[in-house]
Amino acid sequence: MVKRWMKRLVPLMAMMVLLLTGCNFELAGALAPKGPVAEQQLDLILWSLIVMIFVLLVVFVLFFTAVFRFRRRRGQDNEIPEQIEGNHKLEITWTIIPIFLLFIMAVPTVALTFNLEEEAQAVEGQRVIKVVGKQFWWEFTYPEEGIVTAQEVYIPVGEKVVFELSSADVIHSFWVPQLSGKKDANPGSKNINYLYLQADEPGVYKGKCTELCGQSHALMDFKLIALEKDEYDAWVADMLEAPVVTAETQVGADLFEQKCLVCHAIDPGMGSVGPNLNGFADRLYIGGFIDNTTENLVNWIKNPVEMKPGVTMPPFENELTTDEINEIVKYLQSLQ
Amino acid sequence: MAHAHAQAHAHAHAHGHKKRYTGVMDWITTVDHKKIGILYLFAGLLFFAIGGLEALFIRLQLAYPMNDVVSAQRFNELITMHGTTMLFLAALPILYGFFNFIIPLQIGARDVAFPFLNSLGFWTFFFGGVLLNIGFFTGDTLPDSGWTAYAPLATEYSAGRGMDMYSIGLQLSGIGTLLGGLNFVVTIVNMRAPGMTMMRMPLFCWTAFITSILIVFAFSALAVGLLMISFDRLFGGNFFNTAAGGNEILWQHIFWIFGHPEVYILVLPAFGILSEVIPTFSRKRLFGYTSMVFATSIIGFLGFMVWAHHMFTVGMGAVANTMFAVATMLIAVPTGIKIFNWIFTMWKGQIRFTAANLFAIGFIPSFTIGGVTGVMLAMAASDYVFHDTYFVVAHFHYVIVGGTVHGIFAALFYWFPKMFGRTLNETLGKITFWLLLIGFNLTFFIQHWLGVVGMPRRVYTYLDGQPGWNEMNLVSTIGALLMGVSVVILVINIVITLMKPKNATNDPWEDGRTMEWAIPSPPPEYNFKQTPLVRGLDAWWVEKRAGNKEMTPAEPVGPIHMPNGSILPFIMSIGLFIAGIGFMYDTLLMIVGGLGILVICMILRSLIDDPGYHIEPEEIEGKGVKA
Repeated sequence: MVKRWMKRLVPLMAMMVLLLTGCNFELAGALAPKGPVAEQQLDLILWSLIVMIFVLLVVFVLFFTAVFRFRRRRGQDNEIPEQIEGNHKLEITWTIIPIFLLFIMAVPTVALTFNLEEEAQAVEGQRVIKVVGKQFWWEFTYPEEGIVTAQEVYIPVGEKVVFELSSADVIHSFWVPQLSGKKDANPGSKNINYLYLQADEPGVYKGKCTELCGQSHALMDFKLIALEKDEYDAWVADMLEAPVVTAETQVGADLFEQKCLVCHAIDPGMGSVGPNLNGFADRLYIGGFIDNTTENLVNWIKNPVEMKPGVTMPPFENELTTDEINEIVKYLQSLQ
Repeated sequence: MAHAHAQAHAHAHAHGHKKRYTGVMDWITTVDHKKIGILYLFAGLLFFAIGGLEALFIRLQLAYPMNDVVSAQRFNELITMHGTTMLFLAALPILYGFFNFIIPLQIGARDVAFPFLNSLGFWTFFFGGVLLNIGFFTGDTLPDSGWTAYAPLATEYSAGRGMDMYSIGLQLSGIGTLLGGLNFVVTIVNMRAPGMTMMRMPLFCWTAFITSILIVFAFSALAVGLLMISFDRLFGGNFFNTAAGGNEILWQHIFWIFGHPEVYILVLPAFGILSEVIPTFSRKRLFGYTSMVFATSIIGFLGFMVWAHHMFTVGMGAVANTMFAVATMLIAVPTGIKIFNWIFTMWKGQIRFTAANLFAIGFIPSFTIGGVTGVMLAMAASDYVFHDTYFVVAHFHYVIVGGTVHGIFAALFYWFPKMFGRTLNETLGKITFWLLLIGFNLTFFIQHWLGVVGMPRRVYTYLDGQPGWNEMNLVSTIGALLMGVSVVILVINIVITLMKPKNATNDPWEDGRTMEWAIPSPPPEYNFKQTPLVRGLDAWWVEKRAGNKEMTPAEPVGPIHMPNGSILPFIMSIGLFIAGIGFMYDTLLMIVGGLGILVICMILRSLIDDPGYHIEPEEIEGKGVKA
């Protein structure tokens, strides 16, 4: 009997081993926290995981023991096992112990939930960045500095930052897995949310929209870029400088003014229908996820829907010649 | 009962006439709970196949990064239709099929309380389901805002008629479900055979009872919510329009006040099925019957107290979040009681590993995994990380596939001989089980990891070059294909078994405990020749142990009063269907016409007296049917 079981399990186990070695189980996302919020949340998750693995072990041991020990054997056909009604002691045991286990998980849950909420609500004297989710991009406003930017949000390292979340259209959800859990960006003024996080190391952190928001929900990425304080200050200063148009970019600048300015502001601190393109040359990605190269940018302007389904920017391949698009690209790439 | 019998006898000669239909007409007009059960079962299996195909397309699209099997829009339609179809049109109707067929047999009744209503419930559900899927025929966009239909994405920001199909189609099928729920509540309260006290009721009936109560409350909330969505979309209502003073969060509350009980609506019947299958194949009575009844009731009650745990990231504040978190965690206690009770039912039993029992036993570890991840999700501060990622996808598929689908398959193998007079092939059944088990774990286990490393749910694609994402998604897709193969084998099994001659005995598993096993397979239209007398929990087992070959009767043999079949429910549902399309496409003629058909049918039903007919004792004996 045992041998037959072993035979059944061998191919299964071989497959599992193959899968485990084939996969690249690098710690990433919420499993590789880079800030205090994400760390506390991971600790809570790991604590619950330990308790839950204990529960699973107990259930699995009992379960497999029952299944293997009490199989019907030959010659039992006319035997009737004792009809057991129940057992009060056992039943009370498996009511009390789970309650205890839940208690030791509930206490840190309540504590952390309140703690996160209080920290996020303490907006006074904090650095607040306004986040507005739009189909399918993110607008970031720094009210104190007077900067509006999109898709890439800069914060100083080692400092608590509060994000004020809202939306211009449907519900989005703001998530930087390595730094914090998520919170929804709701439309309207009634349901504005605050989320706080802190990055302990400089780096480029991936951000995601996690609430289904339409066709390009999957591609509504953004980057959170944490810089050392002095570099961050330099970035702020850079963003506040008005763009300089040279003779080389004049044609592109004129075209931009005719065709693009309707939706895209370039002045620092100005909001617009589409993303503010101030400092575009420093952007890592187009549309939040496409490498910022000349070729990609040309293709994007020609037909953005091709690259990001459902975006509201119209295609310009029929409205502008390739030369004109090249001029605009040249201009955009001069926006330091 | 005696009174009803006397009344029946008085009518016997006055209304001996029976309208007999055959073939398709028989199925369209039937009010027999067993035939309606079979209709529910096959309609549910049909939608299950459609939902399964949608799932395969989802997984094929996600097999590789930046894949283009389907477009982004089509993908959103697929996830919406997969979820909606599986929950409303597949899982629940299949369970309703078992409710319909089995409950009257288990409580010793000849039919449900309202046979006409039962038929009406089925047909409105069915036509609602067709309406929901009508985009496949008209070429219109399908529902595309997720099965949760969050406003304003589902209201102001979904172009095309897709979300109208969702709100009106679900409204119709929801009416059907509501009617069914009411019917089961009344049936279980009023139609139990003499001696069948509530605490002697088989646990399947108990779970069906609690489920039906949940349905009555939860689906009412859904009906209201869907009406509001319809108003917003069709008539410029502003319930969820923030710009006009509405509030989009309102929808989420309404939806989850329905949506969370819905989860228990789907899983409680599976608990009931396990509580029938495991004792039968362990040859032992259910361990802790009383605590099982109370656990079921408590789960049903708490199920209404926890809806907002789907909304931790909405911004309800710490007080609401922690209250809902703790309430949710509490549900683990009664659920744990159930798990241990099943294990201890098997303990010291004689377990037979039939296909039905494999599915029932396989439920326990899979569902336990789904349960513990549920507790992890309930912890609000952790949920900020898990929320709307593949971790959630993994969790609820462990609960729904590992729980409900395993339960449904167990019930299918267990009750198939009772329903169709033939036993499904055991070898093919075991192959189905192992393929499903392996495929299901391959598909979903790895998604826990995918979620925490940062893959949100409902994404139509993902970028290349993220650590492990490509491999994990591919594994998941392979697992989904294996599940597909296992379901195909099940379908083949059903088809070849249905082509064989009927040969099942009354009690094909030999250790049947409840009353459905005391009567022929399949049962005659009147179920019990004489209403049985119930002398204990597991009534049939009690009689067998007392050496009896059939149930002790509670009445003498006499004419049996039966309801006449009717075409009206079918026509009424078509009327509603036409009106639904009229609302969607703004065609006044169709609205008036459709509702007109409905009203005319209601008038006909009210004015034409239909007292039913009687089956005479000679006819019963003539058939040589033992009851």
